[in-house]
Amino acid sequence: MRTGGEHMSNPEDCELKGGASEESEIVHNDTGITRREFIIAGTATVAATMLPTLAYGQTPQQPKLVQPQMAKVALKVNGTSHELELDTRTTLLDALREHLRLTGSKKGCDQGQCGACTVIVNGRRINSCLTLAAMHQGDSVTTIEGLGTPDNLHPMQQAFVKCDGYQCGYCTAGQICSAVAMLNEIKAGIPSHAMADITAQPKLTGAELRERMSGNICRCGAYSNIAEAITEIAGRTV
Amino acid sequence: MKPFTFERATSGADAAAAAERHPGAKFVAGGTNLLDLMKLEIETPTHLIDVNSLGLDKIEKTPEGGLRIGALVRNTELAADENVRRDYGVLSQALVAGASGQLRNMATTAGNLLQRTRCPYFYDTNQPCNKRNPGTGCGAIGGYSRQHAVIGVSDACIATHPSDMAVAMRVLDATVETIRPDGSQRKIPIAEFHRLPGDKPHIDTVLMAGELITAVTLPKPIGGRQIYRKVRDRASFAFALVSVAAIVQRDGSGRVALGGVAHKPWRIEAAEAEMPNGAKAVVARLLAGAKPTNENAFKIKLVERALASVLAEAKGA
Repeated sequence: MRTGGEHMSNPEDCELKGGASEESEIVHNDTGITRREFIIAGTATVAATMLPTLAYGQTPQQPKLVQPQMAKVALKVNGTSHELELDTRTTLLDALREHLRLTGSKKGCDQGQCGACTVIVNGRRINSCLTLAAMHQGDSVTTIEGLGTPDNLHPMQQAFVKCDGYQCGYCTAGQICSAVAMLNEIKAGIPSHAMADITAQPKLTGAELRERMSGNICRCGAYSNIAEAITEIAGRTV
Repeated sequence: MKPFTFERATSGADAAAAAERHPGAKFVAGGTNLLDLMKLEIETPTHLIDVNSLGLDKIEKTPEGGLRIGALVRNTELAADENVRRDYGVLSQALVAGASGQLRNMATTAGNLLQRTRCPYFYDTNQPCNKRNPGTGCGAIGGYSRQHAVIGVSDACIATHPSDMAVAMRVLDATVETIRPDGSQRKIPIAEFHRLPGDKPHIDTVLMAGELITAVTLPKPIGGRQIYRKVRDRASFAFALVSVAAIVQRDGSGRVALGGVAHKPWRIEAAEAEMPNGAKAVVARLLAGAKPTNENAFKIKLVERALASVLAEAKGA
């Protein structure tokens, strides 16, 4: 059993908590600002209150100005074509979140270890933090926003809500994108480390599911419910 | 990340020539290791050459009865290939033992060979590291060295090569095919591809500036029971403490290569004469002259036990 005040057991609330719908720029309070704007405003306040202490020290060294290099890239994201001109350093994740405002995909570790940034590119799940947007010329990207909407959830999203496959929700978008693509990998016969015989056709056992989802970390430890949600969908499709 | 210019290459020869035109250029394919290192400014290319459109993504039979694996074949595709699973099972097993599903969908055959070490001192830019910053010393020697190399080490570096795939390719006698900026091509046996650290640990392979890997070829299948055994701190998504790639024939003869013990996949062909005499005899020759630290001396016993387990499994089947 999980503890903590943030945990809501009402399934209708889960829809708002899950990374699936996240805030989606939905205003949940009477101040008229979104959670995202609120956090940005808060950060600025903290920065401002820190400023006077700097005045006592020597003038801080000015960082060397860097000249960003730009590259053009055409991406199809959730069915919509986009022509972007980006700093070459922009990862696919940053392009999605900061340029296309698709904030469902999350930046967790930013080094390919946590899986919160998982999106589906040309049918395959990848870590969007470890790839440059410019490397995806002409590619077709599906994010959590493209799988389903709050009014029309993807079956995997429904299963996560039903089985309570999250607590804080930060890893959820990545878990769901990963799970959807993972079931297709099993269907396509892609082997895994959990198979005793590498030449066999894979089946979705508990051990297979855990091995194949090991690239998605849930810091709240909602694994048993995540596994339950995926198994429920796998029962219908594998 | 430092700024860099970016181009999409259209042929292997173009890519290699572009690398020569831009000193400080790097090729990028999957990017799963390079991007990580660029974010930390351990790698600071001034120009990136995207090689993903070169069409080097096919697995084909060779006239000699082997397989030619394009440099851009993703780890997932290689592990899933029907011929690889049937005839080179140790390679499939090694691939699926590495990384995560997402990373294997991005990582390429050539990129896997070119992974940098996962030594924590290499990654921590506050620490000395001869591999990252030649001449600054080695933090791992006398430091936290539980994961490090036990053989082939030098006073400058005790890092390991992190790849599972490369260990399987070493036991399969793979060949790395490349193209150079002048358009010439060469074939490098996998045994000679990765270097030992010596006094130049910042150089991982024998590739020259601008040289691009185009394929890896495998010789005709040799049959046998093929097993990849990886021992690590957790059951999935972790680098090897040690790993064993073995091909064992019915008469007990065979081959063995090790991961997690050296700066390169470790194989001593002469040690394989001991295969019928068991793991202890093999490891005595395979790891003769090992120089472990106090923290990683356990790896020698671990290799022996992992190999004993592999040989027992091979015999039982």
